Amino acid sequence: MRRIISVLLENEPGALSRVVGLFSQRNYNIETLTVAPTEDETLSRLTVTTTGSDKVIEQITKQLNKLIEVVKLVDLTEGAHIERELMLVKLKATGSQRAEIKRTVDIFRGQIVDVTSSVYTVQLAGDSDKLDGFIQAVGTSGVLEVVRSGVSGIARGEKVLSL
Amino acid sequence: MELLSGADMLIRSLQDEGIEYIYGYPGGAALHIYDALFRQDKVKHILVRHEQAAVHMADGYARATGKPGTVLVTSGPGATNTITGIATAFMDSIPMVVLCGQVASTLIGEDAFQETDMMGVSRPVVKHNLSVRHPEEIPEIIRKAYYIAATGRPGPVVVDIPKDMTTPNERYEYAYPKKVKLRSYNPAIRGHAGQIKKAVDMMLAAKRPVIYAGGGVILGKASDQLTELVRMLGYPITNTIMGIGCYPASDKQHLGWLGMHGTYEANMAMHHSDLILCVGARFDDRVTNATEKFCPGARIIHIDIDPASISKTVDADVPIVGPVDAVLKEMLALVKEAKEKPDADAIASWWKQIDEWRAFHGMRYETSPDVIKPQEVIEMLCRLTNGEAFVTSDVGQHQMFAAQYYKFDKPNRWINSGGLGTMGFGLPAAMGVKLTHPDDEVLCITGEGSIQMNIQELSTCKQYNLPVKIINLNNQALGMVKQWQDMNYESRHAESYMESLPDFIKLAEAYGHKGVRIEKKEDLETKLKEVLAMKDDLVFVDIYVDRFEHVYPMQVARGSMKDMWLSKTERV
Repeated sequence: MRRIISVLLENEPGALSRVVGLFSQRNYNIETLTVAPTEDETLSRLTVTTTGSDKVIEQITKQLNKLIEVVKLVDLTEGAHIERELMLVKLKATGSQRAEIKRTVDIFRGQIVDVTSSVYTVQLAGDSDKLDGFIQAVGTSGVLEVVRSGVSGIARGEKVLSL
Repeated sequence: MELLSGADMLIRSLQDEGIEYIYGYPGGAALHIYDALFRQDKVKHILVRHEQAAVHMADGYARATGKPGTVLVTSGPGATNTITGIATAFMDSIPMVVLCGQVASTLIGEDAFQETDMMGVSRPVVKHNLSVRHPEEIPEIIRKAYYIAATGRPGPVVVDIPKDMTTPNERYEYAYPKKVKLRSYNPAIRGHAGQIKKAVDMMLAAKRPVIYAGGGVILGKASDQLTELVRMLGYPITNTIMGIGCYPASDKQHLGWLGMHGTYEANMAMHHSDLILCVGARFDDRVTNATEKFCPGARIIHIDIDPASISKTVDADVPIVGPVDAVLKEMLALVKEAKEKPDADAIASWWKQIDEWRAFHGMRYETSPDVIKPQEVIEMLCRLTNGEAFVTSDVGQHQMFAAQYYKFDKPNRWINSGGLGTMGFGLPAAMGVKLTHPDDEVLCITGEGSIQMNIQELSTCKQYNLPVKIINLNNQALGMVKQWQDMNYESRHAESYMESLPDFIKLAEAYGHKGVRIEKKEDLETKLKEVLAMKDDLVFVDIYVDRFEHVYPMQVARGSMKDMWLSKTERV
C-alpha cells in the first residue's frame, strides 16, 4: 500500500543522507521525497512516499525513529490528510493545439506560466493522480518536459506535526 | 576558565569521561591528538598493529566490563580499517566510541592525501556519527558520543575530527558538560505497566512455557533479575549464543542455547511451547530457522529496549519496549504478589517431556581412541579452568564447539562475534579482556583460518605483556565452510582447504612467545595443564584435532525449529 510519511528532522548536514541511506540499506522503496527547512530553522520537514506491506511500513517508521536526528514523524495515510504535488510541464503548442491545451489546463485548474510561439509551460498542483490525469489528457506526444516536486502532505483538522 | 587546544580538549574530555584505555594507531591527521596524549598519563594508549584489531580490543573490553570502549585512528586507511570492527560491534550492540582523524576541513572534498568520507563510509554500521565543525564543540560532542553509545540499545559511535580542529596554538575555553540532552533521542526507561501485567498473567497461565533470553540481558545487566524470575517460576530457559552466561549453564532449568547449532532439547522445547517469553533477543535467522514454521503453537511476549527489534521477523503478541532490568524487576514484583500460581501439574508434565528430550540426545559426540576431538578439548578446558575463564572466540566450527561445551555460569565471560561473524575477532578481543583482567584466565579459542586474520597482534601482546592463551583447534581446513560443502555440495571442497599452514610454534616464538603443539590424544590433558600453569606467558597451543568433525545438532535449512541433524546420519 502507498504511504506518505512526514518527518521532522534536525536541520543538520548529513541528516538527509541518513534517511536516504536507511531506505537503500534496508531495501525499502522511495517513490517521492521532498525536503525543506521549516519556520523553525533548526528543523527540516521531509515527506517521503513509499509502498510496502503493513509490516514493512511499521519497520520503516520504527527504523526512521531510531535515527538520532529524526525528532518526530507521522504516517499521514493513517488518517485524513491533504496531499499536493506541484508539476511544471512544457507542451508543444502550435496552431489549433494552443486552444485545446488552454481548455485542458482550465479543466484541471492549472495555469500557463510561460508562453513562446511554439511552447506553453503549464503549472499544475494537486494529488499525484490528478497530475497523471493531466498528462494523459494532453497526450504524451506533445509533452516536451515534465518536472514534479514530489508529494507534500499535511493532516486534516486539528492534528499537527510539530514539537 | 581554562584555555585548551582542540587536541587537549579531546584528551581532557576522555579523562573527564573516565576513560582509562584507548586502542589505536597514529597517523598524519591524528598527530595533534597523539601529541596531546603524550603530554599526559591518565588515558593510556595501546598501540595495535592493525586498526581493525584496535576496534576488536575495545569491543572485548566493552563486552567484559559493560563499559564503552574507545578507539583512536587517523584518517583514510586508518579509518577504513576500523569498519569491520565497527560493523562487528554494531551487529552485537556493543557500546564504543571511535575517534577518527580527518584531513583539515579546508581540504575536505578535494581528494586530499588520506582523505576518506568516514561519515559516509561508516553510516550504515554505526548507531550514530558526529563530525567536529568547530574546536569549541569537542567536549560536548565527546559527551554526546559516549551518551549515545552507552544508552538505549548500545552501539558504536564514530567521531570525525578534521586536523584543523585540533591545532595546538588555537585555544578555547574548556568545560566538560555534566549532562547531555537530545530532544530527538529519549530511550525508554521503563516498560508499559499494562503490557507487563498482561504478560505476567499469560506467563502464569502457560502450560508449556519457555524463556528465550538474548544478549540484551547481558548488555542490560539484568542477569540477576532474570535468574531470580526463572527460578521463581520454575520454567525452562534457553538463550541465544549472544546470551550465553545470562543464566547459569550448569543449572538444571537451563536447556543450553537454541537455534542452528542449539541443543536438541532447547529447539524441541521452543517448537512445542505454548508461550515464549523473549528477553532481549531479536528472533535472528540463525535462531528461528524458517519464520513461517516457527513455533506454531506459541504466543510470544517480547521485551526489548529497541522497538524496531519487536515484530521485525516474528510477530509479538505482547510487545514490551523498555530496559530489560526494569521490566524484569516489575515482572518479579507482580509474580510475587500474584494470587494465581503456575499450573504445577502442567509444568511438571512439561518438564517430564523436556527431560525425555534431554535423555534422547543431550550433547553426546563420538569419541575416538587416538584422534583428538575438538569437543573434548573444550570440555577439558572448561574442567581445568573451573568454568571461570573469559573465553573469546573467532568464527567457525571452533566457535560453536566452544559455545556448546564450555559451561558459563556468569555473564560477560563468553565473548564472540555472533551477529557479523567476524573471523579475526578472537585474539584482539582477548587482549582487550586481559588488559583489564590481568588475574583472570583469558582463552582465545580459534582455528588456523581465523587466527591468521589478525595474527600480527602477537606483537602487541609482547609490547604490553598480555599472556592470553591461544587455543588453536587446528583441523587444517576452513571447517565450517567444509562442513557446509560436505552437506550441501557433495563434498566439493572449494577453497576450504588451507595448504602451507605456517609453523605456529615458530611463529609464536618469533614474536617472543611460547608455543606448544599437541598431536596425541594421550598428551592433551598434561600439556593443557602445563600451558595453564604458564601464567606469565602468552602460549600458542596448536592442537591437531579431527579433520572430519562436524558441528551438531544442526537445523535443517528452511525447516522449523525442531528439524535437525543430530549427527552425520541421524535426522529428526
